[in-house]
This record gives sequence, structure tokens and C-alpha cells, in this order.
Amino acid sequence: MTVEFNTAQGAASTTAPVQTEAEFKNDPTATLEGVRGKDVTKAAKRLLKESAERGGGSIQMQDVVKIYPGSTKRALDDFNLDIKPGEMVVLLGGSGCGKSTALRSLAGLEDIQGGRIMVGGQDVTGVPVNKREMAMVFQAYSLFPHMTALENVAFGLEVRGMGREERRKVAMEQLELVGLADQAKKYTQQMSGGQQQRVALARALAIKPRVLLLDEPLSALDAKVRVQLRDEIRRIQLNTGTTTVFVTHDQEEALAVADRIGVMNKGKIEQIAAPQDLYQRPATEYVATFIGLTNRLPGASNGDEAVVFGQRLPVLPGSAKGDAVTVLVRPENLTLSLPSRNDSNVGERAHVEVIHFLGSLVRVDTVVTSGEYMRWNKGNQLKVTVQLPASELPAGLAIGDNVVVAPRPVAALAC
Amino acid sequence: MTETSTTAATGAATEASATKPPQLRAARVRKQSIIKFVILLVTLGFLFIPLFSMLIFTLRHPLSGRWSLAPWVAIFTGNGESLGADLTVLWQGLGTSLALCVVTVVIMLLLMVPTMVIVHIRSKALERAIEWVATLPLTIPAIVLVVGLGPIYRWLSADVLSTNPIWLCFAYVVLVMPFAFRAIAVGLNSIDVKTLVEASRSLGASWVKVFFRVIIPNLWQSILSASFISIAVVLGEYTVASLLGRMNLQVALYQLGQSNSQISTAMSLLALLFGVVLLVALDLISDAMRKSKEN
Amino acid sequence: MTAAIAQNGPAAKAAGPSASSLSDTLAKHRQELGTFAVTLPFFAYTACFLLAPTVIVVVGAFQTRDGAFTLANFSKLFEANTVSAFVTSILVSVASSVIGAVVGGLASYALVIGAKPNGLMRRMVSAISSVLAQFGGVMLAFAFIATIGINGIGTMFIKQVTGLTVNPNWLSSLPGLVTVYCYFQIPLMIIIFLPAVDSIRPQWREACESLGGNTVQYWTRVALPILAPRFISAFLLLFASAFSAYATAAALFSQRSILVPLMIQGAMRNEMDPNQQGFAQVLAFAMIVVVAVVMLLSHAVEKRAGRWQ
Repeated sequence: MTVEFNTAQGAASTTAPVQTEAEFKNDPTATLEGVRGKDVTKAAKRLLKESAERGGGSIQMQDVVKIYPGSTKRALDDFNLDIKPGEMVVLLGGSGCGKSTALRSLAGLEDIQGGRIMVGGQDVTGVPVNKREMAMVFQAYSLFPHMTALENVAFGLEVRGMGREERRKVAMEQLELVGLADQAKKYTQQMSGGQQQRVALARALAIKPRVLLLDEPLSALDAKVRVQLRDEIRRIQLNTGTTTVFVTHDQEEALAVADRIGVMNKGKIEQIAAPQDLYQRPATEYVATFIGLTNRLPGASNGDEAVVFGQRLPVLPGSAKGDAVTVLVRPENLTLSLPSRNDSNVGERAHVEVIHFLGSLVRVDTVVTSGEYMRWNKGNQLKVTVQLPASELPAGLAIGDNVVVAPRPVAALAC
Repeated sequence: MTETSTTAATGAATEASATKPPQLRAARVRKQSIIKFVILLVTLGFLFIPLFSMLIFTLRHPLSGRWSLAPWVAIFTGNGESLGADLTVLWQGLGTSLALCVVTVVIMLLLMVPTMVIVHIRSKALERAIEWVATLPLTIPAIVLVVGLGPIYRWLSADVLSTNPIWLCFAYVVLVMPFAFRAIAVGLNSIDVKTLVEASRSLGASWVKVFFRVIIPNLWQSILSASFISIAVVLGEYTVASLLGRMNLQVALYQLGQSNSQISTAMSLLALLFGVVLLVALDLISDAMRKSKEN
Repeated sequence: MTAAIAQNGPAAKAAGPSASSLSDTLAKHRQELGTFAVTLPFFAYTACFLLAPTVIVVVGAFQTRDGAFTLANFSKLFEANTVSAFVTSILVSVASSVIGAVVGGLASYALVIGAKPNGLMRRMVSAISSVLAQFGGVMLAFAFIATIGINGIGTMFIKQVTGLTVNPNWLSSLPGLVTVYCYFQIPLMIIIFLPAVDSIRPQWREACESLGGNTVQYWTRVALPILAPRFISAFLLLFASAFSAYATAAALFSQRSILVPLMIQGAMRNEMDPNQQGFAQVLAFAMIVVVAVVMLLSHAVEKRAGRWQ
């Protein structure tokens, strides 16, 4: 069964030219560009070792291009990502946006057709998966079925040639870390989905990876387990300080765990920022609509300010200018009042369609009464959703009642 | 192998552009596909060479080296006189085997389907017992079974029935049982029979109606596959027929092979082709069913 | 049966707890009776045509001509030509199963790994395999006689190209027989083993690599241990199928009884010979024992793997 290709092994048995050796000794920051074939792996391995000694876990993906064989579409289109050591970055996006491709390219599970990938300041573009010292947790079914939980966790250590007793000890510690010490002797088939993913996490952490990669690790789990495990992943990640890239399509998950979230669309990151920034200051329409609820309201913008329903509000950088623009306003940035109480001249009349009680908050779906926006809204009625604290809801408001909705003067994106 | 591939990959990478990253995964996929190709080529080669030889053998007279379609003409016109062969025995064998296929499949279905369905719903223990019994013929080879069937058939043909080869069907049902069992079990396990039955019973359907209107339509793909594999087994059966001294297709082929090997080889090829057509048809039918279910 | 279900309905329940539990028990009994009635034909049939012949073989092996109990029949098992038939049978079966399992296993791997699950190649090969796995007997003998027999196409081809003459008796030699048996063993292996290879998940390979494992480590520590139990049980099934095969050998050697099934045939033909009393039954009994042991082994292997499968 030695039929398969393994560059690392082939290369290790061959001595790299002296010149290359010297070149890299003199210039430890040199990249692997131009060095090809057998020399690549050997040189890269040494570089990785050096950088590991310096403790680097930063990631740079620079202008990465990925085109799947047989396709002309760029799954990654000049993709750029910069991650600081110890940071947890979530790549968020719908299916087919390239988030998993980005992760797999980083892991080395996919070839890239352009650009380069640096980890700890060293180019790992030409380094095979098993020499990248990154550990990955997959969506599901990645545990080896013929091994117990403990053997699974110890696998990476065994591959590294660690002694039997020592690797059992380390593996046991990892299982304790994820709270599964009592399940050590079980086979994966005897464990729940949540437990399996914990074991997978322990297995990944056991090898003390420079980067931890999580590919939708929670998407196959029940809602309750999902919340529990994602909080635990964050706790463990903060404890170990491992640089982590987490891929998901679930925005709630992303908002809950990330230091920064990169929202991906069509093979690119549209915006990467801290969760709060991303929510409050979206850079593009895609980001604004992908994360949280947002109303698309007609307005006019001069690039600094916009007017919506008679209310002036500041616009975010990157907003469009024009007399007929769409302003994206969050439901909580709208007010709702009864027409009788409304003494100002801002706001637009609407009638209540549905009232959702969300505990301390209330969300009210309204339809703008005036038909003048119908044409702007492509012939559909303009619907506006308002969210407000339950205490601010006008008493006795019922479905069909007339109200006035108006934006608050909070910065919004015009496009 | 490693050496050449690495060099080739390196060469390609250098040619493309200096900045193009090495395509390690692609190189592995290429190497894998070469290995896969070689494996399949060797395997399929081994499987196809004898079939090809059979075809050539029927077309080229072994002694004179003359090429002719005579054996095929003889089979399709039913007249072997030009080759000096008497084909009556072949037709007799073929007729018997085809009749045996029908009778065996009917008995097999009547015996297996209702039984398997009811124990699947009602009793796990009985289901295991039936599985054990139905797969037993794998442990008791046909040649062994024949030793025991000898006295039974002697008694049957002398006192109860006749020496007509059609009665071989009783033995053949046993021979096809393991295959039929597996095919039907696959179907039963892929649908939730219990819920189907409970649902239709609660809607007021009688057992007979449930069986024919609900269960059979959901099982018919595996019933078909059980039937086809049974036909393939019966058409290829030689052991029982020859040792019990009855005539069927294979016995006829063997006898004819002694006098005219070209015609019997041609007939074997036809029987094989028939088998392939049956199974490909089954594959196509199940594929079409899967597609129509998805849409 | 319909009545039994009807009693389970609301009317019976309303009659009070004791009455309802009584009718429940009654219904249950009737249900069991119904199940039994439907399964009866199956068990009756298998008793006549599976159990009875087996009993006849087993009893016959221990009987004298007059029907008395004896172990004397078994002495023939240890005669030189019987022993050699068993040795040859086992040798041919082991060799053809090893080749069949390895080649068929590799072919399954080639059909599954990195290919579309419902690809044309795969469907074609599995359809052909299911036919060829049943392609024993006379037709198979013809196929190889046409290939490598005295006037075979292969024989003539080799003669024209290399000038060598293939030994006309090669087909009836052991290597020849093993080759012929491989012809149904390889397709059989492909059918049995494809689902096993299907169950290998690409994530395992990726997980292994991301944890630092190389190709050799993947195969020796992950893929092969996962496949091993099903490979072994498939090998044992192949052995059983080769060991029980009669028709192919019968068509290839009309006279010589070099395999156990051929010996049984000879013994059946000479049943009237007093010296051959119970011989066919003894041989058949021994075959049952060998195949049963193999099947039990196969079950044991599968059960051991069942811990994690």
C-alpha cells in the first residue's frame, strides 16, 4: 500500500543542494518562492521549525486564488486574510461562498492556484498537510471508528513517535479538558454527536497545533448541544491561546465566539471586523443584510448624511450618494409611536401587521400605508420592522392599528 | 514511480510560472488515478479476455481455421445440420431451464415475501430464525445437498410426481433462497414497514389490502432484484440437475460441448449476455425509480 | 386476524380494565398464531428440501448398509486419495481466494476512491461482476477452453507470437484450476467488498493528514485496520464458495476425482458398490464441517469488529 504519493517522505531521503541550505540559513525570512521540487519540503520543514521556536501562530493568506479542477469559477478570488497569534477568527457566509475552501486551502487539503499562505511569518504554500502542524475539526464523522476515544486523541501523538505511556497521559489530559475523561474507553459509535465532536476537538488540541481549524464543527448537532459546545470551544480556545479559524454559516454562532468575523461572499472577504463593529458599522449591503435583521428604506444621501422618512441621520463610510438610495436601518434603530402622540413632522404612517413578543423586547412588523413607495419597492408594499423594549410599546397596540415609524439618528449604511 | 512523478510535477510547475504554488494534491490525484487505471485495466482485462476468446472461438473453426457465422446461424435458425449437430437436446434443455426459472421464482416469492414481511413486523426472534435458515444453503453446498436430495427425488419421482425435470424447482428454490433473502431484506430494511402498516391499518385497510396495495409496491424493486438473481442462478445451475440425471440448459450445453463445442460456446455467450442484460436492466430500473422518487 | 385487531379498538377498552386486559391477551395470542400460520409454509418447505437432505447426509454418514450405527464409514476419509482430494480442494480454494480477495479488493478500491458514488464505470463493473460471480460451471469451463485449451485463442496467440506451445493439460493442473476459479472469485469479491470500501470516509484520510500522519501511517493505522475484519470475512466467504464449487471442475475434468466435490460425484455413481457404502455421505458431511467452520470464523470476525461497527 505504499502506492500513494508522499512528497515529505520522498524528499526527506534526498539531500537538498547545499546552496539552498545556505540560502535559507542566511535569510530566515526568505520565502519558498522559486524553490521547487524536493528542496521545497525540506527547506519548509526547517523554516516551520524555526518559526515554531519563535512561537508564531499568525496567519497571512495573500491574494489566494483557488479554482477547482473542471471549473472556471474562482472559489477563492484574490482572497486575503490576516490573523494575529492567539486570535479566533470566524469565516461566515452562505453555502458556496468559499469559506470552507479558504479553510481547507489553509490546512493544505486543497491546492491553490495563486497567492501564498504564511503561518508564523513563514511561507507554507508548498508544505504538505501533514507537515503544517495545523489540526482540523471536521463537520462530522472524522473520528476513527476502530479506535476508542482515548486512542483517537492519542493518534496525533503516536504519529509523532511519542511513547505509549506519555501519549496516554497527554490524551487523558485533553479528554479531561473537554469533560470526557469517563468516556475514554468508548468507541465513537457509542457516543452522541456532541461527545464525538468534543473528542475531535481534544484530538486536534492534543498535538498542540500552531493553528486550530474548525470546519462547521457544530452544524450536525442539536440546537442545545450546539450552544453548549460553542461556548466551550471559546473557553478552551481562550485558555490555550491557540490561533483559531472557525468556519460557519450560522451568524449567531459567529457573533458568540469570534474575536473578529470575516463575512465572505463570492470567494472574498467582504468585511472583517469585531462582531459589534460588523453589526453596527457594516461596510457593504451584503454584510448588513447577512448579519442581523435590517430594513431597506428609501432615502436620499449626500455621502455624509441621509434623510429617511424626514429624519436626518449620519451615514457610514462607503455609503452611496444620491436622491434615491436605499438606507439600511436596523429594527432597533427605528421608533414607533401612535399618530395622536406624534408631534414632530418626521416619520411615516404605517399599520401594524404582526406583533412578536420576545420577552423583554417586542418586534412589530408594519406596512407603510402610503402607496408612494410601491414603485420604489418594485411594486411591493413597503414593510418596516421595528424592535423596541417591551416597556416602550404603546399600551393597547393591536394588529391593524395605525402607527408612525421613524428612524433614530444613528449611523446607517446607504447604498 | 515517486521519482518520475515528482520530477514531472516540478517541471510543470516551473514551466507555468515562477509564482504558481506547487500542486501537491493534484499530483497525488494524478498518481492515484494512474494506479486506479492500472488496477482496473488488469482486472477487467482478466475478466474480458476469456469472453473475447469465446467470441473468436465461435467464429473461427478450430481445426480448419475458417471464419464463419455457422454456429450463430445454427442457433438462430434452430438447425444445426450444417455443422452436423443435433440441437434438439439444447432446445429441450433451454425450454426446461426457462420453465424452471418461472416456477422457481413464483414459489420463491410466495414462500419468502409474506413470511419475511410478517416476521419483520411482528417478531424479531422469528426474523433471525428465518435469516438463519434462508442463508443456510451457503453453508451446505449444492453438491452436499444433492447427496441428500438423491433419495428424496427417487421417492418423489417413483411414488408422487414424475421424472419430469420441472420438479427440480423444489431444489432450486432452496439454492436461490440466500440470494433472494438478502435482496428482500435490503428492501424491508430501507422502508419503515411497521409505520406503513400501522398508518394504513388506522385508515381502515384490511391486511390483504395493506399487503398488496402498500407493502408490495414499496418492495417491488427488491422483489425484482430477488427474481433476477434467482433467474441467473437457475439458468447457470448444473450440479443438481446433472447429478440427479435431469436435463436442463447447462447439462445440455455440456453434452453438446462434447460433440460441437462451437455451438455450445456460442450458447454460453448468449446465456451470459442475457444475464448481463437482466442486471443492467435492473440497475436502470432502480436508477429511474430513485430519480422519480427524488423529483 | 382482522378480528384480533378490532378487539384492540376503543370498544374493548371501554369494557373495563379486566375485560380489556383479557381481550388484549387473547388478541396477542391470536396475533402470534397468525404470524405462525403465515410462516408455517416457509418452515415446512425448508424442512422438506433443506433439513431433510441434510439429515439424510448426516445420518447416512453414520449408518451401515442395514441401518445400524457405525463409525466405520469415516475410515475412508483417511485413505490416501481422499486426503489428497481434501488437500487439493483446500489448496485451490485458499489460492484462488487469496488472489480473488486481493485483486477484487484492489479493484473495489479503484472503483470507489476518488470516484463519483454513482459513476458509470462503477455501475458497469458491478453489474458485470454480479453476472460473472454467478458464472460458474460449464460455461466458465468453455470460456477457458476457448482461451487456453488445446485449440484456444490464447494458446494459438502465444504460439504465433512466442513460438511456445502451451501444455494442453495446463487447465487441469492446479495453477490452471486456480486461474479458472479466480474468474468467479474476483467478481464475487468486488460485489462483497464494494460496500466496505464505500464506508471509508474521506474525512479519515484528511483527519489523519492534518494530525501529521503520512500515507503509510494512514494505511497501516487507519484504513487497513478498518477494512481488515470485512476483508477477512469476505476472504472466508470466497473460500467457502471455491470449496463448494463443483460444476466448473466437473466440466474441466470428466474422469479424475482430484477435488472433494468430484469425489462425491464418483461416490454417488457407485452407490450400489458395497465398498462405497456411506462414502458420499461421509464426504458430504466432511464438507459441511469445513464450510461450517469457515462460516463460524467469518461470523466471529464480524462480531469482533461489531464492537465498533
